[in-house]
Amino acid sequence: MRARRFLPGGWLSLYAFLYIVFLYLPVVFLPIFSINTAPTPKFPLTGYTLKWYEDLPNTPALLDAAWNSLIVGVSASVLATVLGILAARSITRYRYPGRRTINGLIMAPLVLPEVIVAISMLLVMLQLGLSLSLFTVVLGHVLICIPYSMTVLTSGFEGFDRSLEEASADLGESAFGTFRRVTLPMVAPAIISSLLVCFTISLDEFIIAFFLTGTEATLPIYIWGQLRFASKLPGVLALGTLLLIASFLLMTVAEILRRRAARRTQNEGGLYA
Amino acid sequence: MTVAAEGSPPLRMTRARRNALLQSEPVQGFALISPTFLYALVLLVLPILVVIAHSFWTQHYLTIDGTFTLENYRVALTEPIYRDLLWRSLYISLTVSFFTVVLAYPIAYFISFHGGRHKSLWLFLITIPFWTSYLLRVMSWKVILGYNGVLNSGLMGLGVIDEPSTALLYNSSAVIITLTHAWAAFAILPIFISLEKVDRTLVEAATDLGDGPLRSFLRVTLPLSAPGVISAAPIVMIPTVGDYVTPKLVGGKDGVMIANAIQAQFGKAANWPLGAALSVTTMVIVTLMAGATVLIIRALQRLAR
Repeated sequence: MRARRFLPGGWLSLYAFLYIVFLYLPVVFLPIFSINTAPTPKFPLTGYTLKWYEDLPNTPALLDAAWNSLIVGVSASVLATVLGILAARSITRYRYPGRRTINGLIMAPLVLPEVIVAISMLLVMLQLGLSLSLFTVVLGHVLICIPYSMTVLTSGFEGFDRSLEEASADLGESAFGTFRRVTLPMVAPAIISSLLVCFTISLDEFIIAFFLTGTEATLPIYIWGQLRFASKLPGVLALGTLLLIASFLLMTVAEILRRRAARRTQNEGGLYA
Repeated sequence: MTVAAEGSPPLRMTRARRNALLQSEPVQGFALISPTFLYALVLLVLPILVVIAHSFWTQHYLTIDGTFTLENYRVALTEPIYRDLLWRSLYISLTVSFFTVVLAYPIAYFISFHGGRHKSLWLFLITIPFWTSYLLRVMSWKVILGYNGVLNSGLMGLGVIDEPSTALLYNSSAVIITLTHAWAAFAILPIFISLEKVDRTLVEAATDLGDGPLRSFLRVTLPLSAPGVISAAPIVMIPTVGDYVTPKLVGGKDGVMIANAIQAQFGKAANWPLGAALSVTTMVIVTLMAGATVLIIRALQRLAR
């Protein structure tokens, strides 16, 4: 055991604790100041209020933006997950030349500057004569969601025992029947997890939406617009807190499902491996 | 009849079917991935090619002149504004990736070597803030570092300073702090994965052969985990060079980066070819910088052994 440690565990634990504080600190200030009576976010806190939250439903522009975000999020997550399922299944199940290159290309949006991805798509869409709308935002979001969807789904599909499918086929199930009755139940948690992850990304995504939308705003674009006005800050903090909570809940459920999916396929595979 | 016909040759049937399956495996695999592949081709590769093409063209008001020219690149590389913005962006992304990796390494090490049963919980804890809106996180840093912000009011409340400091917000340090925070998870995960692959018996062997803890870390664990560092550095460096939101919100005048100039060319300034040339230049240079960083880390890794 001694061999494993080059620093005493205590110091590392302290570092880990401080690091977590550093990661969470900025995120924690949003909710704190969103329930503070003072309109500017500073210490000392002046008192507890929910008035900033109560104002939110009375803002039509905000409700429109929320509705737009919902439409974009649902469409983008469904499309990205469908494309992700096809790709993840192909990558984990088949071996063929060019597989790694194609995978690399599909994953590329993850490591490219978003501005460059956004302006490239903007140029093409304008050239093609597409008018900018929520539809173009969905197209953009699907592209950047696919890598995340792929990551979640590959971890769910990997270790998936092929012999189960072969057994089902040998026992006379059609290809579709096998997919529906054997494959799908095994990978369903991973698929739902992918949907939730993609929805969260789309809900929070700003740059692509900012470049590719026409006149309709999504929630982050609405927030961006409000940031110019110092007086609107408390409302933005309240809205931001709600978004934080939504992201947190969605990602927690997604993570639980993803783990369940991984465990399920590994257990089933482990029996036969 | 049918029962007998179906019942007698099942073995041969399955084998034939399996053979056919194996033979067509590449075809099936490729067919399955082709929709996603096509999507990436049409919405990523084609657009990037269009951007590259534009960078060699000229814009006259609303029409694009498709005659080949290198003028945009001359402007992008020699005009002081763009040259300075480019240098600053490269400096910021290099610094950010350095700090992200250096700060991330110990935590990845901690999770991998001391995480015990709670490894995945730790990883989840670390990735959670990353899943919250990037825009909101940048906004919180503005709230923290601002003139009337958390840090200033907190320090004044404690009596450390008498009046708010203006040095915190609207400069490149604010951009570096915000980006280092925003990209933490991207550095931790690859380093963690490579640390997980380090064979623990090798570390023990080094200790048994008389290496102290620090020495065995430097000579065994660190070089063996270099692949993680090698992938973490470019993963942080390349996207941060083109960051738009952070410089816009916390950068002020001194923290403007190249992405803000690129956006201006596609917005107010309406010079797409110049915007395209700036994008291509940035991508090429940051790729070279990332490549050089990888080579340097590899050289250091070899030295350590």
